[in-house]
Amino acid sequence: MSLVTRRNFMKTAAAGLAAPALLRQASAAEPLKIGFIFLGPIGDYGWTWAHNKGRLAMDAALKGQVVSAYVENVKEDASAVPILKDLAQQGNKLIFTTSYGYMDQTIEVAKLFPEVKFEHCTGYKRADNVGTYNSRFHQGRAVEGTIAGMLSKSGTIGYLGSYKVPEVVLGVNSFTLAAQAQNPKITTKLVMIDSWFDPAKEAAAVQTLINLGCDVVAQHTDSPAGLQVCEQRKVWCFGQGADMSRFAPKTQATGIEDIWGPYYISRAKAMLDGTWKSDDAWWGFKEGTVVMSPYNRALPDNVKAAADKVIAGWKDGSYDVFTGPISDQSGKERLAAGERMKDADLEVIDWYVKGVQS
Amino acid sequence: MNVGFFIDALVTVIGVTTPILLAAIGELVVEKSGVLNLGVEGMMLIGAVTGFAVAFNYGPDLGDFAPWAGIIAAGLAAAASSMVFAVLVLTLGSNQVATGLALAIFGIGLSSLIGAGYVGMVIPPFSQIFPDSLATDPVLRVVFGYSPLVYFALIMVFVVGWFLNRTRAGLVLRAVGENDGSAHSIGYPVIPIRYAAIAFGGAMAGIGGAYFSMVITPMWAEQMTAGRGWIALALVVFSGWRAGRLLAGAYFFGILMTLELYAKASGFSFLPSQFWASMPYVMAVVVLAIISSRGVAGSEAPACLGRPFLPNS
Repeated sequence: MSLVTRRNFMKTAAAGLAAPALLRQASAAEPLKIGFIFLGPIGDYGWTWAHNKGRLAMDAALKGQVVSAYVENVKEDASAVPILKDLAQQGNKLIFTTSYGYMDQTIEVAKLFPEVKFEHCTGYKRADNVGTYNSRFHQGRAVEGTIAGMLSKSGTIGYLGSYKVPEVVLGVNSFTLAAQAQNPKITTKLVMIDSWFDPAKEAAAVQTLINLGCDVVAQHTDSPAGLQVCEQRKVWCFGQGADMSRFAPKTQATGIEDIWGPYYISRAKAMLDGTWKSDDAWWGFKEGTVVMSPYNRALPDNVKAAADKVIAGWKDGSYDVFTGPISDQSGKERLAAGERMKDADLEVIDWYVKGVQS
Repeated sequence: MNVGFFIDALVTVIGVTTPILLAAIGELVVEKSGVLNLGVEGMMLIGAVTGFAVAFNYGPDLGDFAPWAGIIAAGLAAAASSMVFAVLVLTLGSNQVATGLALAIFGIGLSSLIGAGYVGMVIPPFSQIFPDSLATDPVLRVVFGYSPLVYFALIMVFVVGWFLNRTRAGLVLRAVGENDGSAHSIGYPVIPIRYAAIAFGGAMAGIGGAYFSMVITPMWAEQMTAGRGWIALALVVFSGWRAGRLLAGAYFFGILMTLELYAKASGFSFLPSQFWASMPYVMAVVVLAIISSRGVAGSEAPACLGRPFLPNS
């Protein structure tokens, strides 16, 4: 088990700095060094775990051509700066910063190392050597919404959220719109718990949603706590970030898996053949960064078929859950009939669609 | 709105309250003996990971006994970690605040290390103890439908309250916390009593932590207690170092948090969610202000709380 803590890492970094001559001798045949900083521990079975899996996929796909290093538990404050500097000084030519809160630190360090390329996940600040990337998780939410709309008998479905940020608002809206396409009377009860990770509160929130009549619950928080509650209460639920079926073998309908491997491989390849340039990448089903977990065997065939149709529609571009007419909670029309919402509007969305009860 | 609805809500309240109550009742005894142990969060996590690991590894061999073994192991492991703290502050006379914070950080790190191999694993929940006819009855479950730890927590509140106020040993423990010099001079073993109190506090914190990994969400995830240890510490102050008020305070906190969730899910969005999230803390400040304005709370803190006792110096 290779556990790189921040402290260990500093030691290695110090050793690396003590021998700068060795670094300068780097020849063309040497593998490309790629660095990552992670928000949580790689064992969080959530966001960081998925990014680390992407890193390992990249290592495996480009064996011999790239070597990667990572630092976990990096706080989203000024302490990220020296860690990024160390990664750059160690000879990493491409550095992925995998959380929103690293945005300014990434830009700051990128200025000091113009020859090093940076990729910041979920941010919007770019530079000549800083690109951004994200995944269209809301595409998966539409699949979950389709399933929820068909399975719900009470007409009330639940959504466990973290914070009111565009990523979560997109998920809530996508889930609700897709469910309403199956059953126009659907309402979504939304609970924000003001945390990405708090198993006890997640469990309490899901209990509350079920107590208030929700018979399908989606979650946008990182721990599998909600799924365990749904399994005990026999309520359909969805995995978050990974296949969580072992936490809810009977009631996980499917789940959204974060798959970063394809993106990391493509960017590493671009570095290797010299075609890397700063970009704003927002991939989804089509590019393979959003993948649904295998369906629960107990799901009726027509539900599976409807879900498959949504996935296929996202892939070939014939489907977009954000197609007008769409009204907000107050009933005001936000998108005219037949129009599709632009990426620029999706990225900053801060209102819920009609039928969301928050 | 029917009876079942309120029972469901009560189950949620009890779920969020019990681990805090367990940890806080242990810390109450520690503080009554004059020691401030800020490492509750760390000890809870050590208990959580130990309980899970034992129940997971020995589940196939021990069967129904596995969760009990897990709970006992959780208590022992957390008590052992509290002994590190005890040696430092009691025998070596180090600063209790700094050492307690170190224990909290140590516990977070150690539990992550031990738990690395258990991420993504599951065990059966350690839920009901009474037979199905009682535990899943639509109405009777309000009394019989809980994990044994829920009853244990309630029993311990009464045991600790009785011990502190009605027994001679409890009187000695309080004397040690109020005036260690006097207690020492009339022959009471100050240091051993404090060792025992810290061990008890550690065991209770560990069992409280195990409530997370074995009852609420039978799994292990790093830092799964998410700050409940700090709330338990605040609760001891909030209660004015009284067992009865501790029980009331813990349920007050649990009810507020559950109300917050119900309010949000029922669509009371005229108040921002941050308001609801801050309610328990705001109410804690308000209640403390009311209590102290009556001139009661200040006098209830054990007089030697946080002071090192070095009789030979």
